[in-house]
Amino acid sequence: MAEITATVGSTVGLHARPAALLAEAAGEYDFEITIAGEGEPAEDALDASSVLSLMGLGAEYGHTVVLRAEGDGAEEALAALKDLIETDHDAE
Amino acid sequence: MSAEFSGIGVVPGRVVAPARVMPPPVTAPVEQPAPQDPEAEATRIREASAAVHAELLERAETVTGDAHDVLKATALMAKDPTLIKTAIKRLTDTDAETAVWTVAEDTAAQLEALGGYMAERAADVLDVRARLVARLRGVPAPGIPHSEEPFVLIADDLAPADTATLDPESVVALVCAAGGPQSHTAILARSLGIPAIVAAAGVLDVADHTPVFVDGGTGVLRTEPGTDEADLVAAWQDAAARLHTYSGPCLLGDGTRIPLRANVGDGDQARAAAEAGAEGVGLLRTEFCFLDRDTEPSVDEQTDAYAQVFAAFDDHKVVVRTLDAGADKPLPFLTDTQEPNPALGVRGFRTSRRAVGVLERQLEAIARAAEQTSIDVHVMAPMISTAEEAEQFAGLASAAGLPVSGVMVEVPSAALRAESILSEVEFASIGTNDLTQYVMASDRMLGGLAELSDPWQPAVLELIGMAAAQGQALKKSVGVCGEAAADPALAVVLVGLGVTSLSMAARALPAVAEVLRTVTLDQAQQTAKLALGARTAQEAKTAVRGRLPVLDELGL
Repeated sequence: MAEITATVGSTVGLHARPAALLAEAAGEYDFEITIAGEGEPAEDALDASSVLSLMGLGAEYGHTVVLRAEGDGAEEALAALKDLIETDHDAE
Repeated sequence: MSAEFSGIGVVPGRVVAPARVMPPPVTAPVEQPAPQDPEAEATRIREASAAVHAELLERAETVTGDAHDVLKATALMAKDPTLIKTAIKRLTDTDAETAVWTVAEDTAAQLEALGGYMAERAADVLDVRARLVARLRGVPAPGIPHSEEPFVLIADDLAPADTATLDPESVVALVCAAGGPQSHTAILARSLGIPAIVAAAGVLDVADHTPVFVDGGTGVLRTEPGTDEADLVAAWQDAAARLHTYSGPCLLGDGTRIPLRANVGDGDQARAAAEAGAEGVGLLRTEFCFLDRDTEPSVDEQTDAYAQVFAAFDDHKVVVRTLDAGADKPLPFLTDTQEPNPALGVRGFRTSRRAVGVLERQLEAIARAAEQTSIDVHVMAPMISTAEEAEQFAGLASAAGLPVSGVMVEVPSAALRAESILSEVEFASIGTNDLTQYVMASDRMLGGLAELSDPWQPAVLELIGMAAAQGQALKKSVGVCGEAAADPALAVVLVGLGVTSLSMAARALPAVAEVLRTVTLDQAQQTAKLALGARTAQEAKTAVRGRLPVLDELGL
């Protein structure tokens, strides 16, 4: 199981466009990628490709989240998603 | 065979275009036992999810900016893995429609509980739910049909949420089976300038995609249009070109000047009104600062918003109506939604009894914005019933440094006692929508009462005449700022009754001016007598139209 932490870089938090971008990107992979708030148990983690789950997570700007995945290329996938989470999409 | 449907024409204009019938809202499914073959049902859910996703994504590509982002996010919700997986799990207990319906309901409730931005997304989840269930049921997707080709939208009535998504580029006419001339649908059509008919019974029977002819002046929709209808459309286009050149001022045939002003709701509309030739604003609805708010906007914020409206004009005047909350415009910090009879409750000026300070702060903001402009800023209070209320309002306005104050005449008591009320303030403006509702005791939103909710009702005209005559005795102006002023034939009657200025949606200005130009004050007074002598609203309208041949010439 690969694991990585990321800090939310969008000032609006992980909602709206940032959430849609992450869900879309996470949905591109064949394996499941989960997301949870830092310190939350892994079994409560949510599906990162679900925009509704991401919105329900309530991750605000500066919060740390944990991404987990298992499979071929999981490490690379998580690194790419970490970049996505840490970018401030509102500044684009 | 050609079929004809008659309703009440609310926005003039003639078009021929294919009809698109708006599907009815998707109803809650009737729960069925768990399916024999859950895998087949799961496949149906996945197929519906993919289809709705594709459909919304395709629509997202046709728009840009925020609308694109919102539709794209909504498309993602349609194939949301958590939503779909949870729905499929529920197939052990229930059918596919109920599974999708209940899961989306739970999700929407969770978002609602988070408040703020998330709560707003709950409506998107429910929209996706309706689309998924429509797909499972094999019925058309709810909402305004999407089409690249211009079409005539036929609906029972539009909900406020639908009106927000109505694209005037593709919807070239609007025909509703329900609604009245003062319903929100009619007001929206007027502000967009789309030919529209309301209360056209049976019109939902028109088959989707068939070509129809719509005449928003006479209130008629005909199927199978031919050369006659094509000629009528061409004649309207000629007339419309004539109607696009108004620049004011509006003079009657004998040179009597009738100021035509605009009803506006924000700075953008004020700028559009100034371009359309309006002699200022006869009704600035200040609700735009307050609606969709949990708390009162600050004085600074209000000052900026009002200043933007004032900046649209170099001269003329702007009449600011103070906050008109309550009834169909509830505000959490001001009104009580539990009232059994909101239209007769604490609304308009009456809210100042309970929410002390809100009106004072609004007047302060108006006065501050007025200092930044050279135009005349007048204030008026909505829902005034007595001379005492008028006196209180005038006192508050003058304390805020606003010397010219007036009142709306919407309550019959204010029309009956206009003289005593006008002794307290400088002017009155008749709000015909609410006045009609209260005189006829008929809810303006109920399509079933459309013939009662008609400002052509002789009782309404008589009361307007009484108020105007009392104003004339005191040499104070009595205007009209309701929807009635936008009806060119009725505008002639109002002037004949002694009304001194008219305020309307900016789009109505050219037609009203063009018709007023053809009559003298004396002729307008005779027309008004004719209307007062009629037995019914319809007879009044017919008699007046008979005196105004210009209406047919212009296709109004």
